[in-house]
Amino acid sequence: MDMTGEYRIAVPRDVVWAALNDAEVLKTCIPGCEELEKTSDTTMEAKVVQKIGPVKAKFSGAIELVNIKAPASYTIIGEGKGGVAGFAKGSADVVLTEEADNTVLSFTAHAQVGGKLAQLGSRLIDSTAKKLANKFFDNFHDHLGNEGPLES
Amino acid sequence: MSTKIGDRVKRKEDKRFTTGKGKYTDDVRNDNQAYAAFVRSPHAHASVKGIDISGAMAMDGVIDVLNGTQLTGDGIGNIICGWAITSKDGTPMKMGAWSALATEKVRYVGDAVAVVIAETQALARIAAEAVEVDYEILPVVASTTAAMKDGAVTIHDCAPDNQIYDWELGDEAATDAGLAAATHVTTLDLTNNRLSPNPMEPRSAIATYDDAEEHYTLYTTSQNPHVARLVLSAFYQVAPENKLRVIAPDVGGGFGAKIYIYPEEITCLWASMKTNRSVKWTSDRSEAFMTDAHGRDHVTTAKMGFDADGKITGFKIDTVANIGAYMSLFSSSVPTYLYAPLMSGQYDIQNIHCNVRTYYTNTVPVDAYRGAGRPEATYVVERMMETAAREMGLDPAELRRRNFIQSFPHQTPVLMAYDAGDFPKILEMAQETADVAGFATRKAEAASRGKLRGIGYSTFIEACGLAPSKAAGSLGAGVGLWESAEVRVNPVGSIEVLTGSHSHGQGHETTFAQIVADRFDIPVESVSIVHGDTDKVQFGMGTYGSRSAPVGMSAVVKAMDKVEAKVKKIAAHALEASEDDIVIEGGQVKVAGTDKAMGWHEVGLAAYIAHNLPDGMEPGLKETAFFDPVNFSFPSGAFICEVEVDPETGKTEIVQFTAADDFGTIINPMIVEGQVHGGVTQGIGQALLEQVVYDDDGQLLTGSYMDYTMPRAADVPFYHVEHHETPSPNNPLGVKGCGEAGAIGSPPAVINAITDAIGNNDLAMPATPQAVWRAIQAASKSVAAE
Repeated sequence: MDMTGEYRIAVPRDVVWAALNDAEVLKTCIPGCEELEKTSDTTMEAKVVQKIGPVKAKFSGAIELVNIKAPASYTIIGEGKGGVAGFAKGSADVVLTEEADNTVLSFTAHAQVGGKLAQLGSRLIDSTAKKLANKFFDNFHDHLGNEGPLES
Repeated sequence: MSTKIGDRVKRKEDKRFTTGKGKYTDDVRNDNQAYAAFVRSPHAHASVKGIDISGAMAMDGVIDVLNGTQLTGDGIGNIICGWAITSKDGTPMKMGAWSALATEKVRYVGDAVAVVIAETQALARIAAEAVEVDYEILPVVASTTAAMKDGAVTIHDCAPDNQIYDWELGDEAATDAGLAAATHVTTLDLTNNRLSPNPMEPRSAIATYDDAEEHYTLYTTSQNPHVARLVLSAFYQVAPENKLRVIAPDVGGGFGAKIYIYPEEITCLWASMKTNRSVKWTSDRSEAFMTDAHGRDHVTTAKMGFDADGKITGFKIDTVANIGAYMSLFSSSVPTYLYAPLMSGQYDIQNIHCNVRTYYTNTVPVDAYRGAGRPEATYVVERMMETAAREMGLDPAELRRRNFIQSFPHQTPVLMAYDAGDFPKILEMAQETADVAGFATRKAEAASRGKLRGIGYSTFIEACGLAPSKAAGSLGAGVGLWESAEVRVNPVGSIEVLTGSHSHGQGHETTFAQIVADRFDIPVESVSIVHGDTDKVQFGMGTYGSRSAPVGMSAVVKAMDKVEAKVKKIAAHALEASEDDIVIEGGQVKVAGTDKAMGWHEVGLAAYIAHNLPDGMEPGLKETAFFDPVNFSFPSGAFICEVEVDPETGKTEIVQFTAADDFGTIINPMIVEGQVHGGVTQGIGQALLEQVVYDDDGQLLTGSYMDYTMPRAADVPFYHVEHHETPSPNNPLGVKGCGEAGAIGSPPAVINAITDAIGNNDLAMPATPQAVWRAIQAASKSVAAE
């Protein structure tokens, strides 16, 4: 399943880029994130709790940043194992464009789930994934002290 | 009061079932009980790089965590497919290795990689979550379409292009010539939707190892406990047969899914030895959806040619069947020898050719499900007949009549030699019961309410009573398909029948007792049926393929023949008469035409006291027989379905369903009607509601009853069931078998009725409201475009 979105953020691109690479910021913004630790410049380990339909699970997973073109774009890849609940993985191509003093953040995200999550929650995956992606970027946007989304 | 064949005897077993006294596998609880939970792959295709059990092992109450390397290291063999199919180029089918616990690769979502043995079921499950498996994810093929593509990932190295076999039956050149000579050719692309079997009782296994005796006991949900023991012993090397007792106690429905020996039973047996504990596993419903063998899943293109008189000139079928990730026990035979030989239907067709290709996919194995191959064949034949009639402007019943086989025996071009039947008569019965003459009036009345009313036929034949062992062997079967019985007359005259058949809903405790009561003219309460325990009952082949009556009961009859002969000798000796003059009636053994008689129980007592037996006669009254049929049995039927479709919503209501069947001799009409009701309901489920869905990544999306729709009472009408009895000439009772007919015959009748109602032959199962609505829209667009 694929999702796209776009936000206008009223801070310069370098500030947005720095935030996108800051583990503390990501931890605050990822919905349900309980722990997030940097293991290298481009990798992190996270624990995230999510409820999708009837399945609630704690995912332990790895986050990796690839295709880094500072400060313009990167791809963030996450993969989480939820024990018997199955797994979830996703990636988002994030692009930052300068527009005067503002930054336009656009993303294309892809999500996939497996195991019990797919069996029991499949009808809810699309809407949940959209909700989570939007929640993350909303949080991120708010964190940088901005108004509501331009378009999402 | 004695009971006769043909009486509506109430089911003897129902008192315990309806009062909660049934004893199922999960009800068994042993001392020293431990519980198993399986660690299953959430990925459809992946390499297993490592298994970290430390977290699970650290938990209090976890006894052990075992994996596939240990299992194969202990010499436990791979799971096999028991029917060898040869491709048309002469190469054998390509059977990939299937270990009960995966070693290097997982090949479907649910494939087990490890098992946790713990003190409680809950703890076993929690610990299973703590087992960390390192998977390297591989590309997935989740459908035959994906499996056939150039460059598709290989699932088993022995089948690089995922094809298991490319098989054919019939004369292709003659069939092509028949089609070329036709004045009309009907072509259809058909899908037989993938189904989940859903027996009410999920699978369960309890294995106990006795280290002093080096002996295993397995309670399991099996339709064929002796076959399970044979396979567990001879192929999986769990233990020699004399060191392995398999018990299938009360079993709550099978529908084919409980024929096979699954990884869980094997693992529980092995784990009971490893841990020296009794190991219990019971599937939950999610596991059942993921791991019970599915049914059907065919994609077919068929062409049927007709001459100017509407006689069939040739029938050509090309089918692709999905086998799943591994070859289950009978998986190879279902789309071949249980499918193509049925393509002649009830019709005199000289030229038939059927080509079948099967493929591995990253889905749970597919095997026999109620009807097994025959519903798939019937769906093809009967959709073709109805569609052809419409295309040629003929009444569908009339087109069938023109092609019916009229004389028996009849040899088809696809192996089968039909022995008996009266197809025009059954169709006529069905048409009368369904009041086909009044259909036009009912259709007009429905139209006045804004409903589209349609009528659809299915006149079908099945090959049941699996099967003559020699014939099965010549077609590749790894086992014989006879059945056994022992009839044990006790000293007080009551009787125990030990049968190799297994009852899991069929009512054998009633019907098997009925044939004994009928034969010896004694109360049905005096007869008990013993089955399902390899320590009690002689080897038998079990229950599937509507075989318990034609094969299992026939063995009982043969054993009763021997008992009767001995009874007559004992009575003739005691009564000083000729044994030819002895008759058994009214609870007595008498000299015909005289008042000289012994009570039935007195003969039993005489046999065991042995004070006054003929010289040289062995004491006792107990006989064993094995029956191997000379042919399949061929039940046939005519089903007529009437539906009303709401054109605004596409919702279909089945308003009338008539089933006229020829099952040969009927032992108990009430039980037979129950079988028809259940079978037709399952067929309606397939036609309207049921569909297993995997996404492109091989994730099972229909993993619960929220997403997989079973038929409910409100989805089915009150059935009209009729019988016409042409006895089978190939077994002593003349019975044919009735377990599968409903599921075999009904899906095309339902779809033919809907396509008639909506005026569009292009409709696939399941005919959900959305699918029907789309077909209505497509039909109205094509009319508008003309």
